[in-house]
Amino acid sequence: MNLSNLFNEIESVDPEIYDRMDARRGVINRFARVGTRLATAAVPVALGGLFNKAYGQKVSSDVLEVLNFALTLEHLESRFYQTAVGTPGLLPAKDKINVIRDHEVQHVKFLQQTITSAGGTPVAEGKYDFTGKGTFPAVFSDYKQFLQVAQAFEDTGVGAYKGQASELKSSNDILTAALRIHSMEARHAAHIRFIRMVNGYAKIKPWIVGDDNSKGTPFERIYQRESDHRQVVINIEGIGGYNVGNAATSSFDEPLHKDEVMAIVKPFLA
Amino acid sequence: MIPPSQLTPPPLGPGTTPPLLEAVPRRSFLKFSGLGAVGVVLASAGCRINKDEETNTVNVGKHDLAILNYAFALEQLEGAFYEKVTAGFYAGASAMEKDLLTDIRNDEIAHREWFRDVLTLKKVPKLEFDFSSINFTDRRSVLTTARTFEDLGVSAYNGAGQLLALSPFLNHAGKIVSVEARHAATIRNLLSFGSFADSDVADANGLDVVRTPPQVMALADKYFVTKVKVDELPTH
Repeated sequence: MNLSNLFNEIESVDPEIYDRMDARRGVINRFARVGTRLATAAVPVALGGLFNKAYGQKVSSDVLEVLNFALTLEHLESRFYQTAVGTPGLLPAKDKINVIRDHEVQHVKFLQQTITSAGGTPVAEGKYDFTGKGTFPAVFSDYKQFLQVAQAFEDTGVGAYKGQASELKSSNDILTAALRIHSMEARHAAHIRFIRMVNGYAKIKPWIVGDDNSKGTPFERIYQRESDHRQVVINIEGIGGYNVGNAATSSFDEPLHKDEVMAIVKPFLA
Repeated sequence: MIPPSQLTPPPLGPGTTPPLLEAVPRRSFLKFSGLGAVGVVLASAGCRINKDEETNTVNVGKHDLAILNYAFALEQLEGAFYEKVTAGFYAGASAMEKDLLTDIRNDEIAHREWFRDVLTLKKVPKLEFDFSSINFTDRRSVLTTARTFEDLGVSAYNGAGQLLALSPFLNHAGKIVSVEARHAATIRNLLSFGSFADSDVADANGLDVVRTPPQVMALADKYFVTKVKVDELPTH
């Protein structure tokens, strides 16, 4: 058995595999050449135009729907951090929550531009109740409560983008942009968790161990799959003969489906 | 913390016998039956990726399984690095630092061994690394290297996503990359608190780093004794 046999077998399963990959690559090659001549801010516009030209049609409504779902979450996060940064005395300057605020504001703008240039209509910002209908009454006066809600939003964002990745397969550039936002949200989540850990606000790590002690808390649903120690049918516990301890669950983050995400954020929508 | 004795694999582990039943295709068929047709074929049809002994080079080749082997090579690098870090911590390592670095080592081992298991029949061999540029007794040397590896890992998975778009593995790459990003933010905070997502890893749109396989391997090249060729991988 050699490599070419392998490819022959793939072809026998999916005869069009090369065509499909080549078609997509041709499009992206053209974009790569265009992209280098454009300022960063203009890239989303260029993406939309490229799709229209290459396929003679707009980005699929499924992809636009995913982008608007992402924008819905980014609006929520962006307003949350803007409110917090604008609240005197809430945030210790050294914790640099303003860096996260900046990124979320940028994500909103980026998604709006991408959706518009792809022929869609960006969803408007909603109205929010960041107390979660009274569950976190001191969210903007008690830093600990603020961090609790911030962590919930960040971990939910990570799970949400992860859950949508396969819906973006038809569009390489949008998939890559979404992945780049996804890992940025994970950096944010780790930072918020780091702050809580070093201050002793919670027994927590920058990564998610098991269900993160969330049983019976308002955020149980965020971590509903995190106790899973099997990835594809492979058990991570004792994998390769190693006792990896908590890494049996922490080494893989789990996705959240759209309806799950909406249920998690629902109490925060006014 | 896990005692070192438990980290040394028992006779079942790598280095003593082949880690999995390499000669039993049926096992891989069963393993991948949940992954869809492409996964089954990929898992059961290939052969081992052999090292060119003369040049000490492995070529991951093309297509989905090659991209996974590229990820496997990077996880081997990270795993070997943290195994060395945790085998004798740098001077003045705090209890928290030891704990976090041990967790990260365990995550990287889990990733590495998972790839070894997933790639059953068609995988790069155990790679050799050169860590001579790192002073493992020095905090700054260890943590700046860790930062490099973690940011590089994030950029590598972000770049590999579109190359995996036709495969059943995109979701699992997504599950791993966010953990690498959590590591990256943590190491950065240990080095300089608040640098979890500085402008060297976040662009003006708030997007994280992304790199192609050749860009990643060029940056990691000096750590690989066994060279890993990735230039036949698709570029888009």
